Amino acid sequence: MTDLRVVGGDLLPPANEKRNLLSIADLTQGDVERLLATARSFAHSQERDNKKLPTLRGRLILNVFYESSTRTSSSFELAAKRLSADTMTLKAVGSSVDKGESLKDTALTLSAYDPDVIVIRHPEVGAADYVARLTDARVVNAGDGKHQHPTQALLDLYTIREAFGRLDGLQVAIVGDAMHSRVARSLVQALRLVGADAILVGPPALLPEGLAPTSHDISTIADADVVYVLRMQRERMLEGANFVPSLREYTAQWGITPERMREGQRVMHPGPMNRGVEIDARVADSDAALIVDQVRSGLIVRMAVLYDLLTTGPVAVETTVEVA
Amino acid sequence: MLAGRTGTDNIVVRGARVLDPVEGIDATLDVRIDNGVIAQIGENLDTNEHRVIDAAGLTLAPAFIDPHVHLRTPGREDEETIASGTAAAAAGGYCAILAIPNTDPVIDDADVLRGLRARADEEARIPVGFLAAITKGQDGSELTEMAALADAGAAGFTDDGRPVASAGVMRRALQYNAVTGRMIAVHCEEASLTCGGHAHAGTVAAELGLGGWPSLGESLMVARDLDLAGETAQAVHLMHLSARESVDHLRRAHEAGTRATAEATPHHLCLTDEAIRTLDANMKMNPPLRCEDDRAALIDALRDGTIAAIATDHAPHSPEEKDVPFEAAPFGVTGLETSFASLYTYLIEPGVLRLETVLERMSAGPAAIFGLDRPRIVVGAQANLTLIDTAASWRVKVERFHSRSQNSWLLGKRLHSRVRLTIAAGRVVHEL
Repeated sequence: MTDLRVVGGDLLPPANEKRNLLSIADLTQGDVERLLATARSFAHSQERDNKKLPTLRGRLILNVFYESSTRTSSSFELAAKRLSADTMTLKAVGSSVDKGESLKDTALTLSAYDPDVIVIRHPEVGAADYVARLTDARVVNAGDGKHQHPTQALLDLYTIREAFGRLDGLQVAIVGDAMHSRVARSLVQALRLVGADAILVGPPALLPEGLAPTSHDISTIADADVVYVLRMQRERMLEGANFVPSLREYTAQWGITPERMREGQRVMHPGPMNRGVEIDARVADSDAALIVDQVRSGLIVRMAVLYDLLTTGPVAVETTVEVA
Repeated sequence: MLAGRTGTDNIVVRGARVLDPVEGIDATLDVRIDNGVIAQIGENLDTNEHRVIDAAGLTLAPAFIDPHVHLRTPGREDEETIASGTAAAAAGGYCAILAIPNTDPVIDDADVLRGLRARADEEARIPVGFLAAITKGQDGSELTEMAALADAGAAGFTDDGRPVASAGVMRRALQYNAVTGRMIAVHCEEASLTCGGHAHAGTVAAELGLGGWPSLGESLMVARDLDLAGETAQAVHLMHLSARESVDHLRRAHEAGTRATAEATPHHLCLTDEAIRTLDANMKMNPPLRCEDDRAALIDALRDGTIAAIATDHAPHSPEEKDVPFEAAPFGVTGLETSFASLYTYLIEPGVLRLETVLERMSAGPAAIFGLDRPRIVVGAQANLTLIDTAASWRVKVERFHSRSQNSWLLGKRLHSRVRLTIAAGRVVHEL
């Protein structure tokens, strides 16, 4: 798997039209291959002492976060910096949003700076699509409610490919609250795009129908190459919600323990983890875990996404690739 | 039961295809209107001193009645007023509408109702009937003074928007409504199944991550209200049906002899939940757009008369409310100015429904349900007519709306057929 070979003519991005990354559903298999290949070439650049590339010098990338985030906001900001772009991260707390400014006005205000890319995270489904309609900037969805988180799915694909050397034909069991998870929605679509299979495993009321096969039986994860553990959101446990009777019951039935893992399986988690709830600390810290790899992949995949949206030429980054 | 002015226009409509499916008229004829009343129907009528409208190539039909309009007055006159809402209705070919009482304040008191009717007498372009609330404040617990409200002119009763949750309260309302003789109209929604729902609980909502509003959330309440109507031997009208299961319940109730009627909206007849994939907030309504099988069930039921009326559920919203991400947007779309054209474009032209069926369900159907005079093309009837150019083609644009709100599910779409003229209660209320 050398980098330059996959950068063929059919992998060129579409020329000259404004492109966004709002949903995995907007991508083709070719788009995914191109982005993963670009990310891989950036991986080499990150092994050098000077990790900065001049590629996006003079470009402006705005990160707008209406929800709390550690890894996504930090990795977008670092990705932009590593590509020499100017970047700013705005959080809802401490901004005009606190004063009741609408998403429309915030988007129009920020657009006045002529940003090249707006990266947005927002608690409501459709927020990224909405901002994309308002602005001339390219828009990257960094999570809109329960809808989509496409860069998470891409970094997960990258991580799995690095670990297994392939994606096609792999089985991924996504365990937990898929119903309220944008990570699960994006990942299911992304896995389908590259020929891998997903199954959703968890409490019946937390399994959406129609996305992928489902099971409430935790033993079905034995068939999977990857066990992808979703964060169990404590707000789903509010009294009266009744998705599951209690966190203790959830952990007993669906928590990922060493006993439930099979030899050769790898485990992933989008973070932040609730150790001792959805995942046992012994699993999270084991050699089977790819959780730190996911964070590392997040940086280079987001570099690839920003680079891809702002360039229309071939994605081969010859000067930075050190072909083995 | 209707407030608003009547007219005494003198008109001859010359050479239209005169089409009144209930009266069995379908011929090219002239219609003469003297003092707002149809005086003569025939060929080559004398014009006297009357205004002559050349209607060659156009279709003259009984004007429409919309039994489900949110006029937003009182309380949200920024979104719609009696004047703007009835102007929008006139532009859509309507000669009368019924307004829903989920306003601020709620129409739950006879004095408030009288005040509103007096305003309508002054402001309304076409006659308006006002439904009153079933329970005080629409809070589902205490019945309004239904007899006093009926005496003050209530056209019926509904808690649309905040449906009566308690079966016991609904049973008492149906029982007591025997006193008023008006219709009780119900928005069927079991809140414990639909809370947090933004779209039909199906594959599209699952993929988009939107909370599901399942068909059962409607049909369970439909079943309850049909059973209550049967048990109390009272009539009930089911508003804006959306799900096949609801239609199935209604058919069974009809077989059992229950006095039940129903309406469907143009958007539920024309669209499915595939339309929400764009995450356009103007595709968000309550009940939500459902799947193709549900749409087919509604069309079948409309065709065979199980669903006897088409209602727009015209629900104006301000741009500040609707120009937001899908999940943040309130439910509701406008419909008065596009209803016939949308049905003509998406259902009549493709041969799914007959023109005659749609005309009947938009006029005689709703009139019969609410006990209103049926618009008809016969000598001696008050002129309530709509003149339609079925060959016209137009694009739906914000600046063309008479409504104060623009939250149409058809923005930017090209529609076929257009209302050229509307005569309501004997006077011309709209012409292009």
